[in-house]
Amino acid sequence: MATIHVDGRAYEVDGADNLLQACLSLGLDVPYFCWHPAMGSVGACRQCAVKQYKDADDTQGKLVMSCMTPASDDSWIAIEDEEAREFRASVVEWLMVNHPHDCPVCEEGGHCHLQDMTVMTGHDRRRYRFRKRTHRNQYLGPFVAHEMNRCITCYRCVRFYNDYAGGEDLGAFGANDNVYFGRHQDGVLESEFSGNLTEVCPTGVFTDQTHSDRYTRKWDLQFAPSICHQCAVGCNTSPGERYGDIRRIENRYHGEVNRHFLCDRGRFGHGYVNRDDRPRCPEWRSQASDESMTLEIDAALDRGADVLRSARRVIGIGSPRASLESNHQLRELVGAANFSTGIVAREQACLERMARLSRESGLPTPTLRDVEEHDAILVLGEDLIQSAARLGLSVRQAVLGRREELAEARGIPAWNAEAVKTLGQDNYHPLFVAYPTATGLDGIAEASWALAPDDIARLGFAIAHVIDAAAPAVADLDEATRLEAERIASALLAARRPLVISGGSLGSEAVIEAAGNIARALSRRARDGGLILVRNEANSTGLELLGGQPLEWALDELNTQMADAVVILENDLYHRLPRERVDSALDLAEVVVVLDHQRTATWNRAHLGLPAASFAEGDGTLVSLEGRAQRFFQVFDPRYIRPESRIHESWRWLHAVRAGMLREDVSDITLDAVTLDCARRTPALAGIVEAAPGSDYRVEGLKLAREPHRYSGRTAMRSHLNVDEPRTPQDPDTPFTFSMEGYNGFERPRKDVAFAWAPGWNSPQAWNKFTDEVGGHLRAGDPGVRLLHPLPGGYDYVREIPSSFARRDGQWQVVVLPRLFGGEETSSRSAPISERAAPAALILSADDAQRLDVVDGATLVLETDTGRVALPLRLDAALPAGIVGVPAGLDAAFSSGDWGSLFIGPEAGLDAMGPETGAHSKGPETGPLANDDSGRDERADGGEERP
Amino acid sequence: MTASQRYRCQLHQSAAERSAETHPLTWRLREDSALIGLDEYLDKDGYAAVRQTLGSQSPQDVIATVKQANVRGRGGAGFSAGMKWSLTLQGGDLPRGYIVCNADEMEPGTFKDRLLLEQLPHLLIEGMILGGYANNSRFGYIFLRGEYIEAARAVTQALDEARAAGWLGADIAGSGFDFDIALHTGAGRYICGEETALISSLEGKRANPRAKPPFPGQSGAWGKPTVVNNVETLCNVPAVLRHGAEWYQGLSGGLSNDGGTKLYGVSGKVNRPGLWELPIGTSGRELIERAGGMRDGRALKTWLPGGGSTGFLLPEHLELALDFDTIGEQGSRMGTGLLTVVNEDQSMVSLARNLEEFFARESCGWCTPCRDGLPWTVKILRALERGEGEQGDIELLEELANDLGPGKTFCAHAPGAAMPLESALRYFRDEFERGVTHPRGAAHEDPIPVGEV
Repeated sequence: MATIHVDGRAYEVDGADNLLQACLSLGLDVPYFCWHPAMGSVGACRQCAVKQYKDADDTQGKLVMSCMTPASDDSWIAIEDEEAREFRASVVEWLMVNHPHDCPVCEEGGHCHLQDMTVMTGHDRRRYRFRKRTHRNQYLGPFVAHEMNRCITCYRCVRFYNDYAGGEDLGAFGANDNVYFGRHQDGVLESEFSGNLTEVCPTGVFTDQTHSDRYTRKWDLQFAPSICHQCAVGCNTSPGERYGDIRRIENRYHGEVNRHFLCDRGRFGHGYVNRDDRPRCPEWRSQASDESMTLEIDAALDRGADVLRSARRVIGIGSPRASLESNHQLRELVGAANFSTGIVAREQACLERMARLSRESGLPTPTLRDVEEHDAILVLGEDLIQSAARLGLSVRQAVLGRREELAEARGIPAWNAEAVKTLGQDNYHPLFVAYPTATGLDGIAEASWALAPDDIARLGFAIAHVIDAAAPAVADLDEATRLEAERIASALLAARRPLVISGGSLGSEAVIEAAGNIARALSRRARDGGLILVRNEANSTGLELLGGQPLEWALDELNTQMADAVVILENDLYHRLPRERVDSALDLAEVVVVLDHQRTATWNRAHLGLPAASFAEGDGTLVSLEGRAQRFFQVFDPRYIRPESRIHESWRWLHAVRAGMLREDVSDITLDAVTLDCARRTPALAGIVEAAPGSDYRVEGLKLAREPHRYSGRTAMRSHLNVDEPRTPQDPDTPFTFSMEGYNGFERPRKDVAFAWAPGWNSPQAWNKFTDEVGGHLRAGDPGVRLLHPLPGGYDYVREIPSSFARRDGQWQVVVLPRLFGGEETSSRSAPISERAAPAALILSADDAQRLDVVDGATLVLETDTGRVALPLRLDAALPAGIVGVPAGLDAAFSSGDWGSLFIGPEAGLDAMGPETGAHSKGPETGPLANDDSGRDERADGGEERP
Repeated sequence: MTASQRYRCQLHQSAAERSAETHPLTWRLREDSALIGLDEYLDKDGYAAVRQTLGSQSPQDVIATVKQANVRGRGGAGFSAGMKWSLTLQGGDLPRGYIVCNADEMEPGTFKDRLLLEQLPHLLIEGMILGGYANNSRFGYIFLRGEYIEAARAVTQALDEARAAGWLGADIAGSGFDFDIALHTGAGRYICGEETALISSLEGKRANPRAKPPFPGQSGAWGKPTVVNNVETLCNVPAVLRHGAEWYQGLSGGLSNDGGTKLYGVSGKVNRPGLWELPIGTSGRELIERAGGMRDGRALKTWLPGGGSTGFLLPEHLELALDFDTIGEQGSRMGTGLLTVVNEDQSMVSLARNLEEFFARESCGWCTPCRDGLPWTVKILRALERGEGEQGDIELLEELANDLGPGKTFCAHAPGAAMPLESALRYFRDEFERGVTHPRGAAHEDPIPVGEV
């Protein structure tokens, strides 16, 4: 700690900070641009100038940049000094020299850091009378819009994009007052984190393109604290709504999870909420072949109760993309014995192993923030940038952390960003990655290996054995792998905090258990390590804790006519199992009830479809991959703008259906009651009640406002429907109002913040007002509650080790490779995500392709026992021979571990590769291809002869 | 173009005037300005300092001698080279770093390093070997201004000769010291003369300066301890080590507290522009006399003592000793010590506009005052030059000059640009006032027409 004197008052601050951090953490307002809490100081903008004095007696002082000056003990500074104030006003005046006066038509207006700082410094008269410099803008893809004339050259964009996130296609070009931030030519930004530019940029150069088509000012948006549903990481978001549509997703600061940044799938993947084809009313059809008819709520509930009551046995199929509350309510409806998680058996087995390891590996699961504190990382069987992108970004920071250690040893403070980078150069903490192909983190990895899943597992088991000889040895281990295992093991053992990362992406229990053995071995060697296991979907972890049968069991119950009715919750079964499998089960079901917020192939099979709330219209709880239960809150009432809409949370529908089945009156139900009931019925979920405050939570006697206090147009926005303004929708479920009335301040600490705003701080920089220190934790504590904790015990190693991968003649092993864009069901239904997704392709090693005499781009047909698909071939330099890579989200007929044949396919029909329309080729054009050399008639080297 | 037609730096001192005892930098130069190759250099006591020093003196001894001699940085800043060397981190588990010669001579009105580079590159190499030895550098870089084609040719030849003769490479002169030098020709940015921007550029990055601390001696090129010295500074080192610190101190006689000689020069409206190696502290009057006095009989109006980034001085300052401290006391800087002479016919507004155009163009664009403030001064100066100035323009220029001053910008580029502007306004305000013809107008009088950029 250090004592600093600011404008004559003494404060205790962290002496390791710079003065700007220290002042902002104290809640003092110092304007700044180039500094960012996650990216440190570079001293470029000169906006944060303050007067510094040598001591208490110095009256002269000199201007210093507070961001570049250590907050050393007994510092004397003045923010309010006249010279400092005038200089800061001058800086904004210079920044404004070329800045267009286009705030009224600029999409940053209203949450613009430049606006805030201009007001803060008092610059309000233009003196520059000459012509402004102008730039051309670029097309940067479907996510981010570009308007370079607004640029104030703070360099934050390139520092985030390149240094922080590892991007390579955004740069600073030119010099003097003609610096240009863009790509070398128009084109889609390659980084998976490009959307953060919209928040990192202090003004409107980089804005949210997906928001642009239907734009609304921040102060006119209605927000709620939400949790991203697009993967299992559990990033906190603030979706903003206007006129019944989600207009944009902003980052919601969580000190342990996402902090300042989101991935592009999370930020731009919400479009499915706004689809015109969403079911908004109950739909009924007596026969599968009938046209559906729309029902009112009561009629729908009556039909539902009737058909389910008359059924012999009802199976409930839950969903890892639905809330715990909805899944719980489904289980209450059908009974625990009839409940399926909706997850396929292989994935569920992986989830069960992961849940056990989270408790029984001896190592705790770090938060994302804590991931960044680890100094050696092994990733087994995950391409984190594709499967859990935000976690991948944290791993990158951990690896770069070596630079800060080196800098510290040289007396360079961690916040001195450019100096840390210069000194550190390409010194990284060791990162090792084993995956079937190249991954997004290979560029900063000490070593990476492209291996078949079984070989990844063997490498992992071998590492565990090196760390602890009591761990089982790998039979028939080749010498090269043994040496690699020793190398990795010694790096993990040498680390202060080694981290093991694995997960279910490859569907391999062996890979997960290999990671588990390494964790146990590290734990036995008393290493202060961590184990983090990647789950597939937003609530996969929660569904495993809730428990239930796998999806195949549910279909089997229908197929064998052990049950004749099924209720399917927010789950498109065709995304999980082959079409024929699902069709045959649903064909046999007398009653199919589907609750969903999307018009899926499964919905189209429903006799009764009930329109469910998405995250935007409903509340609930999810459990993230770290085992953190987090509540998401309804953003808006769908009936306010669309009175015809009958959307409700699935848990509300299911409660009513159950009451109807039991011939009871439908009682009121609230989120608090369902959450409590779920917690009581499932001991593993007992903690979820504490994940967020209940609906009776008040601040200063007030509920919390979803709308900023400048929210406008409330009396007019429904006038096309009715000039009477209805009563504001009431929210019985949460402490939030659908209104600008309610608490929205920062002075009283609170965990669940719908939108960050503080007087004078309209931009995302307002989060600094809500944290205990800049970049720290929310002052009330970070939201959510951890459900998975290591349990003490003597856990033995897993001893089943697969044999090494063996190629088969004429057969290829299928590996389904996760994709950030296009690999996830709901976000794939958003136009910008499908535009951003790479064209689907079958991936084959260059060796195999050469042996098969097929070239890049040729059409290839993959046929397995369960499916067949024709796709262009993409050669992969890293993939091992004998493996064919299939992109995730393409066709549920394929799952990792299947074996299939390859054919050279027809040329046509390659453009329709959507999940609904996977191109199933009519038949092979040529015979199956062989993956050995016997089919080739010439041999270049004239070497050994084959008999 | 034949060799004889090629421009050569002009040293206007005869061989007779120059001796090893009095002209450590230039005594070896030939009357015909031809390049001095390795053989001739060896004949003229070349590499004697290396032979004498390496292996017999410790690096710390070398630093102590240079420190005692008080060789002040000849690139213009005047910081003690020995002091800089003593701050280079060495020892322990620190990697051996780099010594970089700043030969990116781009200061307006400055052409002194060029003389040494073109005609006596072995002296620089010898200085760098000694500097590399003192700073425990593994490698040396000569960061040469890209337009110095002739110098590049000379340095390349000298490096080849030195390497072939064992003055560079492994185990130099049997001393056990490994060291080599590479030539890097710059791509043409004035800011590369700033030592940290030079390092950024050398690394292949944008030529942006770096914040200090950490200083290059702590974390320089590629994060390793790095020392950057000007050509003339390094060329002084062999003689200092050959003849000792006291001798070097004595070279300036009673003219200055600083030691050694200075490669002075004059350009502008004089009869005989050129270069002279003279004791540091020689007056401006003597230099202009040596340059043959004012051309065309016009009177001297003002002069810049050492490049475009120094402050204007008046004829009354001609008697002052041209050394770092004396000129510094007058609100200017000695800078490179090459005078730019302005006569009574020249417009100060145009001169200031020309200089500020240069500095505005050469801003790297990193910090706000420099990037956006300098172009504003240019536009005001252009308006004044055209007679379209507005009331308040001069006050605004003064405000900008003040706000671009030391401590407020990221590096010394903008303060260097502010100094001639501020001093021109101070001494010749009436010339600027003549350009003010309009009352204060509204902003945006010249909007960009729609559809056109």
